[in-house]
Amino acid sequence: MSTLFQPLSTLSGDVGAAIGESVTFDADRALKLDSGGEIKPLTVAWKTYGTLNAQKSNAFLVCHALTGDQYAAGTHPITGKPGWWQTMVGPGLPIDTDRFFVICANVVGGCMGSSGPHDVDPATNQPFGLSFPVITIRDMVRAQAMLLDHLGIEQLFCVAGGSMGGMQVLQWAASYPERVFAALPIATAARHSAQNIAFHEVGRQAIMADPDWQAGDYLSKGTNPRKGLAVARMAAHITYLSEAALHRKFGRTLQDREALSYRFDADFQVESYLRHQGSTFVDRFDANSYLYITRAMDYFDLAADYGGSLAEAFRGSKTRFCVVSFTSDWLFPTIESKKIVHALNAGGANVSFVEFETDKGHDAFLLEVPEMFATLRGFVDAAAEARGLPAKARA
Amino acid sequence: MLMRSPILRPELLRIADMVAPSSRVLDVGCGDGALLEHLARSKNVDARGIELSQAGVNASVARGLSVIQGDADTDLAEYPSRAFDYVILSQTIQATRQPKVVLEHLLRIGRFVIVSIPNFGFWKVRLKLALAGRMPLTGMLSHPWYETPNIHLCTIADFVALTDALNARIERALAVDESGDVRTLSTPGYWDNLTAAGAIFLLARAE
Repeated sequence: MSTLFQPLSTLSGDVGAAIGESVTFDADRALKLDSGGEIKPLTVAWKTYGTLNAQKSNAFLVCHALTGDQYAAGTHPITGKPGWWQTMVGPGLPIDTDRFFVICANVVGGCMGSSGPHDVDPATNQPFGLSFPVITIRDMVRAQAMLLDHLGIEQLFCVAGGSMGGMQVLQWAASYPERVFAALPIATAARHSAQNIAFHEVGRQAIMADPDWQAGDYLSKGTNPRKGLAVARMAAHITYLSEAALHRKFGRTLQDREALSYRFDADFQVESYLRHQGSTFVDRFDANSYLYITRAMDYFDLAADYGGSLAEAFRGSKTRFCVVSFTSDWLFPTIESKKIVHALNAGGANVSFVEFETDKGHDAFLLEVPEMFATLRGFVDAAAEARGLPAKARA
Repeated sequence: MLMRSPILRPELLRIADMVAPSSRVLDVGCGDGALLEHLARSKNVDARGIELSQAGVNASVARGLSVIQGDADTDLAEYPSRAFDYVILSQTIQATRQPKVVLEHLLRIGRFVIVSIPNFGFWKVRLKLALAGRMPLTGMLSHPWYETPNIHLCTIADFVALTDALNARIERALAVDESGDVRTLSTPGYWDNLTAAGAIFLLARAE
């Protein structure tokens, strides 16, 4: 495991070469933040898949989750693995890159090229660390809207995302209803629950308890809180699965041994799996970004911005919604999706709601759920027809 | 999306006939969405649905319809008043826990309400109960008593009495025979209460 703990500085060079495209806005176009602060200059890194049509009417924004990035499809430049939404985004898939111009941007606060705590503060010539301002989901969406302005795209055909990506979808629909023709929030909630805030706090405390975190200044001190971040990832990863999925995948099967060791090695496959999840994660993720992005999710409470009424957030919306949940997702359970649906109904919005039967837990939105693909393809195709996008030529 | 011409039960075609073009329609218990799709394609309606079964919702959304998973007994309260021109409840009211409350909500949500019911006063039903002394099984009532979803069966006369109690106006009423053929329901309907296997009502709240 220790061989995987390489210093982040060697990684950063790779990131720089691999972010896809990025734009740094002029200083007079600072990102104004909910906290009252601002990010100046703002940099947004993004990837696109497919081709923008002449009318610029086929733009499809995909929003990534906590640990995702702009590599929704294709091969990730650092991990060498397929993009995080390879099941949904690609030629012939429900988010069909033969039809749609798919945009995925790294969120502000992230560590794949967009402005974040790893950036160098020009005032001190040192990485920001914890002097980077706290950001919110709405700040992330504002930055994406600036990117769309930069790309000359007035209206998105669709915004889709799961988990924190779904929060951004809801924020998009509330903040910029006229810019969102269709919205696909998956496995998400209109506010982060106390239980989810609690899990995030465990992860943050694990990072902060690592001496190598150095009060957030690990980059300038030449250390990296890999152990703390790995533990945060391990704890969080459990919440993305279900008891049934863990049992199905691992049960109590032992790892590379015939009998219990009576030591604290990874006797069980599930332990080995989690350690692997933790150690591979730290190769591609920045600990301070993890703090900032989890904080943004914790602060998310869409109704609070609308006098406590979620229905007000969507009042008069012309957007076509499809809200999706999974039966075994206990992190963002179906009841959270139903609250969104109730609010949309109360506001008279056009909404579909589908709950899929699966034992795969919260992560189901990233995995093979054939019934989901068929259903979401129906939603996207019908929305495309309503938007006047030409049907795909059939072979 | 492929153009489909869904094969509708004759009764659903009769319901579709009652719906004005380009109106807003909510189908409560929309099944796989066949009626909604028909209405969207042939009458350009803004079609929405509620369906209890997972399979029905998925099939409906896969057709490109706006359908939510939900329960007529619990989820109608969240809909604003007068949100739809038509609310349809086809062969479902007898399976709800509170038919009266459900019908009140339908009359609140829609300008018009279309309800179809199986008629427990149908002569074959009466005869089976009277002569065989067993719970009747017919084309419209095909489940044995121990697994029927139909927990609040009524006759045509019973349903008319409920519409009176709720101050609902019957705009149109059709008697449906076993093959799905319809005729205008006679008023007050004593004869049809014996001879019709089911009925379809177009209701409006009396102002």
